[in-house]
Amino acid sequence: MAGSLFSILIFPGFVFLLVFGLAAEFFDRRIYARLQNRQGPPWFQPVADLIKLMAKEDIIPCEANPRIFKAMPILAMTATVTAFFYIPLWGEKAIFSFTGDSIVVLYLLTIPTLTFFLGGWYSTSLYSRIGAMRAITQLFAYEVPLFMSILGPALMANTWSLSEMAVFYSKHPFYCVFNMLGFAIGLVALLGKLEKVPFDIPEAETEIVGGTFTEYSGRLLGFFRAAIDIEVIVGASLMAAVFMPFGLNVWPALGFFFYIAKVLLVVAALALFRTVFARLRIDQMINFCWKYLAPAAFVQLLINLIVKGLIVR
Amino acid sequence: MRKVIIPIGPQHPALKEPESFQVVLSGERIMEFSARLGYNHRGIEKACEERTYIQDIYLTERICGICSHSHSSAFVQAVEDIAGLEVPKRGLYIRTLIGELERIHSHLLWLGVAGHEIGFDTLLMYSWRDREVVMDILAMLTGNRVNYGVNTIGGVRRDIDADQLKQIAKAVDTLEDRTKYYIDIATKETTVIERLSGVGVLSHDDAIRLGAVGPTARASNVKRDVRKDDPYAVYAELDFKVVTDSHNDVYGRTIVRMGELLEAYKIIRQIVKKIPDGPIAVKAPRKIPAGEAVSRYEAPRGEDVHYVKANGTEKPERVKVRAPTLANIQTVAKMLEDRQLADLPIVIAAIDPCFSCTDRMISVRNDGQKRANMMKWEDLHTYSIEWYRRKGIDFSKVNEKFKKAVK
Repeated sequence: MAGSLFSILIFPGFVFLLVFGLAAEFFDRRIYARLQNRQGPPWFQPVADLIKLMAKEDIIPCEANPRIFKAMPILAMTATVTAFFYIPLWGEKAIFSFTGDSIVVLYLLTIPTLTFFLGGWYSTSLYSRIGAMRAITQLFAYEVPLFMSILGPALMANTWSLSEMAVFYSKHPFYCVFNMLGFAIGLVALLGKLEKVPFDIPEAETEIVGGTFTEYSGRLLGFFRAAIDIEVIVGASLMAAVFMPFGLNVWPALGFFFYIAKVLLVVAALALFRTVFARLRIDQMINFCWKYLAPAAFVQLLINLIVKGLIVR
Repeated sequence: MRKVIIPIGPQHPALKEPESFQVVLSGERIMEFSARLGYNHRGIEKACEERTYIQDIYLTERICGICSHSHSSAFVQAVEDIAGLEVPKRGLYIRTLIGELERIHSHLLWLGVAGHEIGFDTLLMYSWRDREVVMDILAMLTGNRVNYGVNTIGGVRRDIDADQLKQIAKAVDTLEDRTKYYIDIATKETTVIERLSGVGVLSHDDAIRLGAVGPTARASNVKRDVRKDDPYAVYAELDFKVVTDSHNDVYGRTIVRMGELLEAYKIIRQIVKKIPDGPIAVKAPRKIPAGEAVSRYEAPRGEDVHYVKANGTEKPERVKVRAPTLANIQTVAKMLEDRQLADLPIVIAAIDPCFSCTDRMISVRNDGQKRANMMKWEDLHTYSIEWYRRKGIDFSKVNEKFKKAVK
C-alpha cells in the first residue's frame, strides 16, 4: 500500500513527472531557441513560470461556469498522470497493468483535449470558443491515426496490454523495424495532440489570442500548463514504450538513463518539427490527417498483419 | 451555423498597432469584414502647421516608425519644390541611399512579421537577425537606427566617407546571400506555400479599381512604381527594374518584396560606385515663399504623397499626408471575401499595414440620431465637470486648494 502510494505520488509518479515535464519543457525551449539562432531561456525558466502563475490571482469571467472552469485544469492533469501509470518505463512492467490497458491509456490521453474544449467553451469568450471548436475538430483528425499506429504493434504482439507488448518486443527487438512507419505517424499525431506547430491551430495567437486558454489565468492556467508538460512526457513515454523497446532488461539505473534519453529524443524531434514548419489551417490539417496520415496508418496495419502471418505466427 | 462577430483589435496579438476590425464569422468562414481606423491618431498634420519647416522635418519623420525617411523625404521634396531649391547631386545620392537601405530593413522586417503571422517563428528570428546588418549600417551612417534625421531642406545633414561606402558594399553582399536563402525558403517550403498561395487574392482589375499601391499592387501585376513613373532624387540615373508578379495573392506579394530586396542591393551598388563629389546641401531660406506642391515618394509600402502649402512665413499653412496604407486598406476587405479566419492575420499583414501613418480624424455627422451631436471645446469642458459632479466627484474644491497652493 505505502509502496504503491509512493510510486503514485512521488516516484515514478506525480512529482517525478512534474519535474521531468518541466525539465523537458526547458529542453524543448532550448533546442527550439538554438535552432532559431537564439540563446533560449535559463534552466529554471519553466519552474519560475510555474511558480509565478501559482502565485497569481485566479480571474474567473462573470459569464463563465465557475465549477467547470475550475475543474477542467485539475481533470486534465489527473487524466495525464493516470495514463502514465500504465506505461512501461524502464522495466518491462508498468506500475499497474491489466489486459487492455493500452486502450485505457489512449482514452485517458484524449481527456486533456476534452478538458481544453470544455474549459474553453464554458469560459464563454469568443476567442476561447473558437479555440475550443478547433481543439475538438482537430481531435477527430489526429485521434484515429494515433490509435491505429498503436494498434499495429499491439496486433503483432497479440496483446492489448502495454506491459505485455514491452515483454514481447524486448524478446524480439528486431520486430520493431516493421513499426517504423507507425512511429512516424505516431509522432505526427502526437504533434496534433500536444497542439504544437504545425498543428497549434487551437491556440494560434495571431488569430484567436490565447485560444482555449484566453480567459485562464493564475493557478488554473498554471495547472493547465503543468498538465500539458506532463502530457508531453506521457505521450513521449508511450511512443518510447511502443516503438523503442530497447534496454528494458538491463540494470535499472542504466534502463532509467535509456528511458530519459528516449523521451528526450522524442521531445527533440517535436522541437525540430516546430522549427521547420509553419502553422497549417484547420481545413488543411484535417485534409492532411485523413488523406495521408490515416491511409499510412492502414499501410502500417497491413504490414503488421502480413509480418504476423508470415514470421511471428 | 449561428453567426458570431469577433473583434480583431483594437488590442490583438496579430496587430502591431491598435486598430479595430470587426469580423462576422460563420464557423471559420469570414462573412463580413469591416475596418475602423482612428485608434492611433496623433494630429501630426495639424501640429505641422504650428511649427517651422525645420521642426516639421523631424515631425514628419515620426509619422511612421519604419518608413521614417520616406515621409521626411516626401515633405522635404515638396518644400524644396516650393522654394525652388536645387539640391546638389551628392545630397540626392545620399538621400536615395538611405531610402533604399530603409526599404531593405522594412522588407526584411515584413518577412519576419509574415512568418510570425503564419506561425513560422523561425523565419521571424532569422530574418530579424539579418535585419540587424542593415540596421547597423544605418546607425553607422546616420547615428540612429530608425529616425535617421538625415534630411534637411536643400539636401542632407551628414556626409559619407569612402570607408563607410566600403562597409556598405560589404554588408550588401552579406544581405544578398541571406535574401537568396529566404527566397529559397519562401518558394520551396511546403507549409509556407500552403499558407500563402491562393490566400488574399486581389485580381489585376480590383487592384486598379481599389487604387492599390506598392508591392500590393505590383503583386497583382500592376506596374506602378513612382521611382520609374515619376523619378525623384537620382532614380532616373540608376538602372533597376520594377518587380511585378502575377500570382495576385500573398505568395506573390512575398515574391515581389523579395525581388525588390535584390533590386535594392543592385541600386545600392550603383550608388556606391557612382556617388559624385561635391557639397551635400544648399542653404535654404527660413521663410518659404507662398506656393504649393505635391510630392510623391515610393516608400517600402507603396506610394507616399505629401502636399504642402506655404504662405510666405516660416510655418506651412497646410500639410497633408497620404500614407500608402490608406490606399491599400480598402483592398483587405476584398481579399478576405469568403476566406477563413486563419487567413486574416496574414492577409492584413500582407499589405504591410502601418496604421499610425494612416489614421484620420473622424468627424461626427449629425444625421438625426439622438446621441450624435457636435460640441464646442468649452461646452465639452463644462459637460464633463457636470458629469463628474452628478457621479459625486467634485473637483472644484481641489482646484481652489491647488490655486491657493500655487499662489
